[in-house]
Amino acid sequence: MKELEAILGRERLITEPEERWCYAFDAAAAQPKHLPVAVALPQSTQEVADIMRLATQHRVPVYPRGAGTNLSGGVIPREDGLVVSLVKMNQILELDAENLTATVQPGVVIQDLNDAVALHGLLYPPDPGSVTTATMGGSVAESSGGLRGLKYGVTKDYVMGLEVVLADGTVFSCGGKTVKNVSGYDLVKLFCGSEGTLGIITAITVRLIPAPEARRSMLAVFDRLEDAAHTITGIIGNKVIPATMEIMDNKTIRMVEEYCHAGLPVQAAAILLLEVDGIASVVEKEAAVVEQVCRENHGHIQVARDDAERDNLWTARRAALPACARLRPTTVLEDATVPRSKVPEMLMALQEIADKYNLVMATYGHAGDGNLHPTIACDERNPEEMERVSKAVDEIFRTAIKLGGTLSGEHGIGLAKERYMPLQFGESGVEVMRRIKQALDPLGLLNPGKLISMNPPGGGQQ
Amino acid sequence: MSALDDLRLVETEMAKCMKCGNCQAVCPLYKETLREAAVARGKVQLAYSYLKGEIPATQGLAEKLLFCLTCMACVANCPSGVQVDAVVLAARAALVREKGLPWLKNVIFQGLKRPWLFDLALRTGRHLQFLALRYQPELGRCHPRFPIGLELRRVLPPLAKRTLKEEFPEVVRPAHPRLRVAFFTGCLENYIYTDIGRSIINVLVANQVEVVIPKDQHCCGIPTLVHGDVHTAREMAASNLVIFQGYQYDYLVAACATCGEAWKHYYPQLLDATPSWQAAEAVAAKARDINELLLEIAYRPPAGNLPWKVTYHDPCHLVRGQGVSQQPRAILKSIPGLELAEMKNADRCCGSAGSFSLTNYDMSMRVQAHKVAAIRATGAEAVVTSCPACRMQLEDGLAQAGLGPRVLHVAQVLDQAYAAQDKAAAGWSAAS
Ligand SMILES: Cc1cc2nc3c(=O)[nH]c(=O)nc-3n(C[C@H](O)[C@H](O)[C@H](O)COP(=O)(O)OP(=O)(O)OC[C@H]3O[C@@H](n4cnc5c(N)ncnc54)[C@H](O)[C@@H]3O)c2cc1C
Ligand code: SF4
Ligand code: SF4
Repeated sequence: MKELEAILGRERLITEPEERWCYAFDAAAAQPKHLPVAVALPQSTQEVADIMRLATQHRVPVYPRGAGTNLSGGVIPREDGLVVSLVKMNQILELDAENLTATVQPGVVIQDLNDAVALHGLLYPPDPGSVTTATMGGSVAESSGGLRGLKYGVTKDYVMGLEVVLADGTVFSCGGKTVKNVSGYDLVKLFCGSEGTLGIITAITVRLIPAPEARRSMLAVFDRLEDAAHTITGIIGNKVIPATMEIMDNKTIRMVEEYCHAGLPVQAAAILLLEVDGIASVVEKEAAVVEQVCRENHGHIQVARDDAERDNLWTARRAALPACARLRPTTVLEDATVPRSKVPEMLMALQEIADKYNLVMATYGHAGDGNLHPTIACDERNPEEMERVSKAVDEIFRTAIKLGGTLSGEHGIGLAKERYMPLQFGESGVEVMRRIKQALDPLGLLNPGKLISMNPPGGGQQ
Repeated sequence: MSALDDLRLVETEMAKCMKCGNCQAVCPLYKETLREAAVARGKVQLAYSYLKGEIPATQGLAEKLLFCLTCMACVANCPSGVQVDAVVLAARAALVREKGLPWLKNVIFQGLKRPWLFDLALRTGRHLQFLALRYQPELGRCHPRFPIGLELRRVLPPLAKRTLKEEFPEVVRPAHPRLRVAFFTGCLENYIYTDIGRSIINVLVANQVEVVIPKDQHCCGIPTLVHGDVHTAREMAASNLVIFQGYQYDYLVAACATCGEAWKHYYPQLLDATPSWQAAEAVAAKARDINELLLEIAYRPPAGNLPWKVTYHDPCHLVRGQGVSQQPRAILKSIPGLELAEMKNADRCCGSAGSFSLTNYDMSMRVQAHKVAAIRATGAEAVVTSCPACRMQLEDGLAQAGLGPRVLHVAQVLDQAYAAQDKAAAGWSAAS
């Protein structure tokens, strides 16, 4: 502790128990809590490296933390260890409007980067729902996605270079600013989505794109869930990739409407919120295709005529989670993702699961990329109900994998889904990851217990 | 017991918190500290853990829970609708119940509880203040001479030579009153900013409203409430209620964001398990902020010209506490010649938060710095607000930053606009 204080000073080392409590949780619902021994708030790569050297010397587990908005328990300590909060490393180091890149420290809030680049007519596309609070480091570590994922992809599609501190304090950089960069292993991608288990990210270079000059938002209303689902595949089949294609089921529509009175059709089985963006003339053409496909699938379409109507639509979509959250005390938000064509099947299955376990579940999500967010409204204080929730969640993931999907479209694995990993990757797949982890963090100090378990079946080392 | 002092009654609020962290984006204290314990999520979880018996009542816990402006920015931004301010207040009260108040606070609040003592102390203070405060003519304000629990750097307004209640009779009656309003002056308007009080009365009278200023009224008690002394707050609420029950009036008007909220929201809650509850609800229904009242009674828009460029600062407990933000702007816009230049984040807390600014002066100034920068960017010559506590904080901040804009209450601006009209009318009639 003395040594840590020598690195950080008293101000940026938290040891007081009450304050440490505030680092024993994140946004994940129904996860265990464990008090960290201390919380470090470094301000430079050098300090992070010094901390890691110390941690290695004393064999202390380290839990990197950004804004703590992940939904998978990714930053919750599992055993006595040190939380390293990177929020004070929040400088935008460079904004290169010529090369369309930005280099930032990990604690920069995504929205702050977006505000900064907007002044240059640029856009950093990844926009998770938590964009006003989540940090760049956390979003790279989770490879988070968002509403624009369908057309623009997720975080890992924008990360060009990283500076990383490894478990033993080694600092190294990978990738860079060049658009083409294929030398060696793609270490940049390796660290995207690594959830703090391989190294601590201390600088990030991202690709920016010119902000689209025009966009059009539409609301399509369907009497049958299948029609909505066919519209999704139909639009893409017609070679239009909207920036956003969001689905809300009837339950979500009703809840949102009750919560914010956006004028949504409460009778509809499902609605799609669509937005196409780009060059004005192309937007025109694509919007026409979207309208056409919606009509062919018995959808009624409304086009937002102005910014106010557009804002209203997006407010309605963003209200989905809050609306669910207000229903019951606890909100379990899942992140199962299936291939696009399986969206109808998945939606049906989710409905059955909710009924089977007698749970209130609303489903909405980024339908265009098959990423659904079944959201269960429950009460953490009721053990019997939570038991049913847990069973339902289990079944949701098994169904997703069975349909050729994945455990996570954007939220990561963390603590919550670690046990399902073999389901998706098989034992051999998990073993490959274990070896990578072993090579970079032989003592298992970085975020232990997350993403992959270091205990292969049948025992082995911790 | 009420939700204000029974942590169990706000358990649902705490359980509702999804720990999503959305509050980080808006919490002024998180912006400055970047620490989880400073933001709503941290405080709610601390309070919850304390209720569940996971952590004991310690000095450290009390400090964390006191480190909150109760500005409600988090409440307005919370997807789950967690009433963070209620949780924080209930937790403070629970801690005070378990641990007792620190003696210093106890002394202050005992003073507040006895209105005559408080009144005497402040009236005596007025005569003795030159001993403790150094008057600075260039600022028209004072600096404390000794560290009397206040920051030496702090710029404070002097106490008024005559309190508002001394200055005015208990009833001020226009020629043909169309309404009767009881005026809750609050401490700041009675002892310090009597100019605001005077303007309130002028403006009401100019609108043919009879004003009653109950002479025994005293501090609203919210300062004791925010420090967890619910018992004292409840006594003060009950006492004020009894005092106001002795009068007939159509509306009760307050010109301080906190006082207004006290009557509308806190008193009914404080008294909800007592026989006075219904009376408190009845008065709450009559309580109005002055801005609200003026619009409701269709005040007379001034005809005089006031060629000022002003900007408006929203007090937290008015904009989020009472949902009043359009009314003051409407009043300002109704003044001919006046230009309203909106500042960035007009509804962001100025950092005052009652005694928070006394106990956490540096942090309060850091929060305030954003406000001062926003004001500076508008180039306004006056900042208008609707709360004397905000005015005090803003005056201090602007003075520290070496900036010129005056800080005025909406009522003062309207009062001046009426005066300008009368002057113009007088000038015109003199000329004709
Ligand atoms: C309301 C809400 C909406 C959301 N919407 C979306 C959405 O639409 N799409 C989406 O993808 N996600 C979403 N999320 C999940 C979450 O916000 C994102 O994953 C986010 O990017 C996490 O960022 P963070 O800064 O909070 O990271 P944290 O939660 O602090 O950390 C996440 C992980 O990253 C690791 N980590 C953090 N910083 C570093 C670093 N510098 N180096 C190495 N490892 C690090 C941590 O150890 C942890 O494993 C949402 C969450 C909420 C609460
Ligand atoms: S925004 Fe509300 S629900 Fe989210 S963490 Fe803050 S208090 Fe909790
Ligand atoms: S009330 Fe204000 S200061 Fe307190 S937690 Fe909420 S936003 Fe922060």
